Amino acid sequence: MAKEFELNEVEVWDGNYAASQALRQAQVDVVAAYPITPSTPIVENYGAYQANGYVEGEFVMVESEHGAMSGCVGAAAAGGRVATATSSQGFALMAEVLYQASGMRLPIVLTVVNRALASPLNVRGDHSDMYMGRDSGWIQLDAFNAQEAYDMTLCAFKIGEHLDVRLPVMVHQDGFTTSHKAQNVYPLQDAVAYKFVGDYVPVDDMLDFSRAVTHGAQTEEDWHFEHKARQHKALMDSRTVIDSVLAEFKELTGREYKRVETYMMEDAEVAMVVLGSSVETAVLAAKELREEGVKAGVVAPRCFRPFPFDLVRDALDTDSLKAVVCMDKSAPGGAMGALFNEVSAAAYSTKSRPLMTNYIFGLGGRDFSKEEAKRILLEQKAHADAGYVTTDIQQFSGVRGPKLGFFQTRRG
Amino acid sequence: MSTGVLGENKRGLKELGAEDKLGWDEVTQGVVLTSFEGDSSDIAHTVIEDRTYSDFNTYTATVASWRVLKPVYNRDICIDCQNCWVWCPDTSIISRDKQMIGIDYDHCKGCGVCVEVCPTNPKSLLMFNEAKDIDEALGEWPEKKKKEK
Repeated sequence: MAKEFELNEVEVWDGNYAASQALRQAQVDVVAAYPITPSTPIVENYGAYQANGYVEGEFVMVESEHGAMSGCVGAAAAGGRVATATSSQGFALMAEVLYQASGMRLPIVLTVVNRALASPLNVRGDHSDMYMGRDSGWIQLDAFNAQEAYDMTLCAFKIGEHLDVRLPVMVHQDGFTTSHKAQNVYPLQDAVAYKFVGDYVPVDDMLDFSRAVTHGAQTEEDWHFEHKARQHKALMDSRTVIDSVLAEFKELTGREYKRVETYMMEDAEVAMVVLGSSVETAVLAAKELREEGVKAGVVAPRCFRPFPFDLVRDALDTDSLKAVVCMDKSAPGGAMGALFNEVSAAAYSTKSRPLMTNYIFGLGGRDFSKEEAKRILLEQKAHADAGYVTTDIQQFSGVRGPKLGFFQTRRG
Repeated sequence: MSTGVLGENKRGLKELGAEDKLGWDEVTQGVVLTSFEGDSSDIAHTVIEDRTYSDFNTYTATVASWRVLKPVYNRDICIDCQNCWVWCPDTSIISRDKQMIGIDYDHCKGCGVCVEVCPTNPKSLLMFNEAKDIDEALGEWPEKKKKEK
């Protein structure tokens, strides 16, 4: 038996420590890992728990992140509860195997500490790696602070391993702003946390010799499409399981989470859609603007994949809403930001069809201040008052040099 | 040549791709395929001809249609060293009780590794054109090579 870890009602943990404690409490069978900044402490702490008898599972040191995720795929196919952590370049090196894990329907948990992708090389937090994973077939949950990094990691096991889901889950948190910032965290005691996550139930496990199975089969044009369609259906259908697990978590802890978090949206005239640690900045900005008479609100997809088209649309489908800005913290590579594209698609089928604009911000860990959030929201107010988008549709926030923007509206 | 192992079972029953096509709602989760019908606990101790291979086992399908050259096996020269059995990447050399029986043409891809590793003089396995008649090939077998001084 693994030793119990003594925990206070309130601990002071950073996001990395919170995630590693959640992995420990879930009693993962196999962690195959390769360290990378800023997620290193997650697997470093996990290795210490394992060495000191707080975990019964195996810790496998591998030669690369490609090897780490490959080890996870093998261990998960064998029939174990499996998890690892990574960031940025490590995430990129895992990319090939991420698609294998989801296609093979292996409920691996990957804690991703978001960091920019090179070049230029950068260790700070932006959402390039998270965005890179968006078509990989994984469920992607986003934690905005250390408490949520802990909570979402526990929920991730329960969601991914659910017999109606069986899909891998990423839990994202922002590099440094969340991963290295110590905050008050209210943990569950070990037994309570484990009971919530539950015992691992193997499905089609290779260690069941009475029912030998082939994992990782090849399919060509006569079979591939059906398998990918089934996989997509499972990912779309996971929405109801995510909702029910989050509801169960609220029952246990009193902490309420939704696939899309909304703040002051009931009567908002302008709104900011944003992910990660910037959500708290945006909420503060919106609150201050409300004191100044501007009805501002914030929409924050907690669940990035499956994309919550349903709840984003619900959040935006009000009579009061006039203008929405989508904040993308990832270099868009010759397109509008992904969040802008996806939120705009959801907004297009609302009655109100608010004016939509896009900001690229925070690349490579560039700070995003409350004042800047207020400025951007006030700009939305100007669009709302004019009845059309008065600026370029895509703009950049916080970059030095001449004003940079692309595309103008034809609605005005 | 014995045909018990080579012929009388489900091997190569179907062309790859000839199976019944299922819709997205019927395919298995995660492309997992059961390898055998029924309990497979003792499968490692069961000889091929007695195994209950499932319809989706590659054993049941023939996967050799793209072979251009085929190995032909000459029993008269073979010393049953098992080198070809060890090296074949597709387990297409059939051997029982350490005695070479023949080649599984339903799965052999014609790579020629078995010929490369055959130590006899002349070789007991040689590559011939896929269309070549086997008896004709055996009739053209080369003589023993003398050592060059």
